Amino acid sequence: MAQRERVTSAPVLAGSRWDVVPVPVVVVDDGLVRAVNPAARSVLPAAQPDGAPATVAPEWLRSAQERAAGSPDRPAEAAGGWLGQRSFVAHPVREGGSVTWFLVEDTDARRANAALEAERRRASVLAEVSSVLQASLNPQRCRETAAELAARHLADAALVIAPSPRRRLPMTVCVRGGAPRSLHVEVDPEELPGLPEALRGFPPVPSRWVDPAAVPSWAVPEAFGELGSLVVTPLPGHGVPAGALVLLRGAGHGVFSDEEDAFARIFAARAGAAMSAARLLAEQSQITDTLMRDLLPSAPRRIAGVEFAGGFRAAEDTEHIGGDFYDVHPGAGPHGDESLAVLGDVCGKGLSAAVLTGKIRNTVHALLPMADDHERMLRVLNGALNTLSPKRFATLVLASARRTAGGVRLRLTCAGHLPPLVLRLDGRVEECRSRGTLVGALPEIEAVTDTVLLAPGETCVLFTDGIVECRGGPMGGEQFGEDRLRQALAGCTGMPAEAVVERVQMLASDWVGRGLHDDMAVLVVAAPREPVT
Amino acid sequence: MKAALGNARTEAERHAGALWDAVRAGDEHTAHQVVARAARLLGAEGALLDVVGAVQRRVGREWAANRLSVPEEHAATAINDRVIASVVPRERRSADRGRVTVACVDGEWHALPARLLAEVLTLRGFGVDYLGAQVPAPHLVAHLHRTGPDAAALSGSIATRLPAAHATITACQAAGVPVIVGGAAFGPDGRYARLLGADGWAPDARAAADVLSEPLARPRPGRQAVDDLPHLADHEHARVSRSSPQLVSAVYAGLEERLPVLRELPDLQRRHTAEDLAHIVGFLATALYLDDGELFTGFVAWTAEILTARGVPAGWLRLGLELLRGEMPDLPRSCRIVGEAIWHLDRRPSADM
Repeated sequence: MAQRERVTSAPVLAGSRWDVVPVPVVVVDDGLVRAVNPAARSVLPAAQPDGAPATVAPEWLRSAQERAAGSPDRPAEAAGGWLGQRSFVAHPVREGGSVTWFLVEDTDARRANAALEAERRRASVLAEVSSVLQASLNPQRCRETAAELAARHLADAALVIAPSPRRRLPMTVCVRGGAPRSLHVEVDPEELPGLPEALRGFPPVPSRWVDPAAVPSWAVPEAFGELGSLVVTPLPGHGVPAGALVLLRGAGHGVFSDEEDAFARIFAARAGAAMSAARLLAEQSQITDTLMRDLLPSAPRRIAGVEFAGGFRAAEDTEHIGGDFYDVHPGAGPHGDESLAVLGDVCGKGLSAAVLTGKIRNTVHALLPMADDHERMLRVLNGALNTLSPKRFATLVLASARRTAGGVRLRLTCAGHLPPLVLRLDGRVEECRSRGTLVGALPEIEAVTDTVLLAPGETCVLFTDGIVECRGGPMGGEQFGEDRLRQALAGCTGMPAEAVVERVQMLASDWVGRGLHDDMAVLVVAAPREPVT
Repeated sequence: MKAALGNARTEAERHAGALWDAVRAGDEHTAHQVVARAARLLGAEGALLDVVGAVQRRVGREWAANRLSVPEEHAATAINDRVIASVVPRERRSADRGRVTVACVDGEWHALPARLLAEVLTLRGFGVDYLGAQVPAPHLVAHLHRTGPDAAALSGSIATRLPAAHATITACQAAGVPVIVGGAAFGPDGRYARLLGADGWAPDARAAADVLSEPLARPRPGRQAVDDLPHLADHEHARVSRSSPQLVSAVYAGLEERLPVLRELPDLQRRHTAEDLAHIVGFLATALYLDDGELFTGFVAWTAEILTARGVPAGWLRLGLELLRGEMPDLPRSCRIVGEAIWHLDRRPSADM
């Protein structure tokens, strides 16, 4: 006994000297606690000298002791863990068979680390949320993404409800682990407390807890089980209400902590911003589509035994419309027995040019009854354009087509425009002889109409300068030019109208490659080879 | 059952043969009749894919073998395109299988495969937005944001459009829409589809419709085009494609110097030569983009066949490649790719040098 006393006390500190050490110290030797200082007794109240560690120390400290005692050849390792409400790192000092553990408290650092970890997790979730939400500018897709993310990170299930002027509300439901489902529900928002305010975005209200007993059945997804808690959070948008986020948790899954509540609010802000951006864009693009529909060039395929085909490519890839235009009107002339094809080019490009093409196209449409006299038609159009301020001018070609026994009879008039090319069956390419001045520039205009007969299988090609003036080619910087166009057309004998259009468009596009180009338009009038039923 | 299947196959082949004859003769009337009869016998999908589709594949093969001129190819395709309307039922179907946007990649004019896919998907109950040939990426992305489809299907037949296709694939995925691709450009085994990060690939329209019957997973955000192709860091693709006109001019001038006979040729043939050189540089740029020398070697071998058929001495192509390599001494990857093509060219069985 005396010998053992000597051995244990000799290497470290004897007897009461332990008492002055400010950190808890425990000496373990031969499987028994040999010494405990007062600081250690305050955290390990059951520890007694010569008691077994198993009775006093928690698992983490006991296994650290076993490792330290079990492999005397290796340096003993520190270990960390909780003693009651406090966290410690136990640093071992080994001497002979005994191990002295110095316990250094790190409760605050550990709590701070845990908080930092949680914060990092939230930040990375929010970063993911932002990038996923902002990927799509489609309103429904945005709602689905928001519901899916909310069900994954915030709750057992989530509903995203968008405001709507109609009675049916767009709603997306997602249960954790499942796919989001979008539907329109005909429900009264007043049934769910907090929802009307959230959808109106007024008055401003914080998240609203709802008594599960007061929740209408439509707000709980099918097969959700018993509802434990539900919160309605408004989704603030860019100055417009984006809707409401409803989070649901099952019974027994606990309520939302303050931190979770704060996180839900940040999530709602991001989701709301993405959803309102998507909604604003959808509303704008609907307006643009409606306005643009009338500005897109159009050509029916076949009218009264005459074939038509058109193609247009805007100067900018981001645009659908520009300063080139074409139209094909059935029922032109005083007897309504001709079709009038128009192709033209107004100065400028982009939207403002397209708006002017709209005016010209409307005017030409109104003048259809006088289409038997192209010159008169152009004079009226010239008068109408001359009233515009600032002055805007245009070049165009009028082509009146009528099916006859021998093919198609065409009356062509160029107003300051490149003359159309006529592709004959024998491969010859002829230039239309009509000449005239452009419209909208001078008080008076001149124009001479040319008549061309197309035999079955022959075509007449109307085009804008964007086709022949585009620059590019294998060596770059070379103009496509009318020669090249004629040569290409010579190879198109007997081809269907849309194939000729496609061929010309493709050659011009390949010619410019990735280079800049003007608007390009082609319109083909063809006499079909045979009647097709 | 087996007999019935075999029967359907021979019926399809028989009708495809009849449609081919009608299309080559420019006889639209007969073409309509053949396809309408095929639709009654084989169903609409069979008529579209095994008759119209088969003829279109034959058009492609004949063109590649130089037995069909480009205008003839356009004319055949136009008639094929017209007859599709006589197969597809006019009544609106319920579109409850999901919504798919079908488009050709930018610069791709061969719209028929995409149109066939669009029609087959419609027949199978998908809601389909068909955007047609050569859709610029900004148009496609704006459309995706507006309509929010479950997938975008992109068709491409020309390998040189793959860099543009890659940009389009990435743009669709950035908009949260998964992309399935198809067409000859992506390789017979779809290897370029995988390389360019597409979410799906199918060898033909029927397989594409099968793949789309299971929803494609939505792409994860944050992927960038360069992540797929680390070799682009050497900028050789950018330099070659940017300086294509200068490379073509320099090689052409070198050819004229070495082969004075070139100057005597008619304009049209000189123009062909310049265009051939532009295609060669275009394929080199694409091979650099994909880091796949085989693509270039394959194109050079095909060009050699075509030139032989046009009566152009095979030595000219080899000389052109030598000159091209000499123009880019500071581009090691380009030199290696051109060098490999020359090596294979010298070992062609029919090399007449």
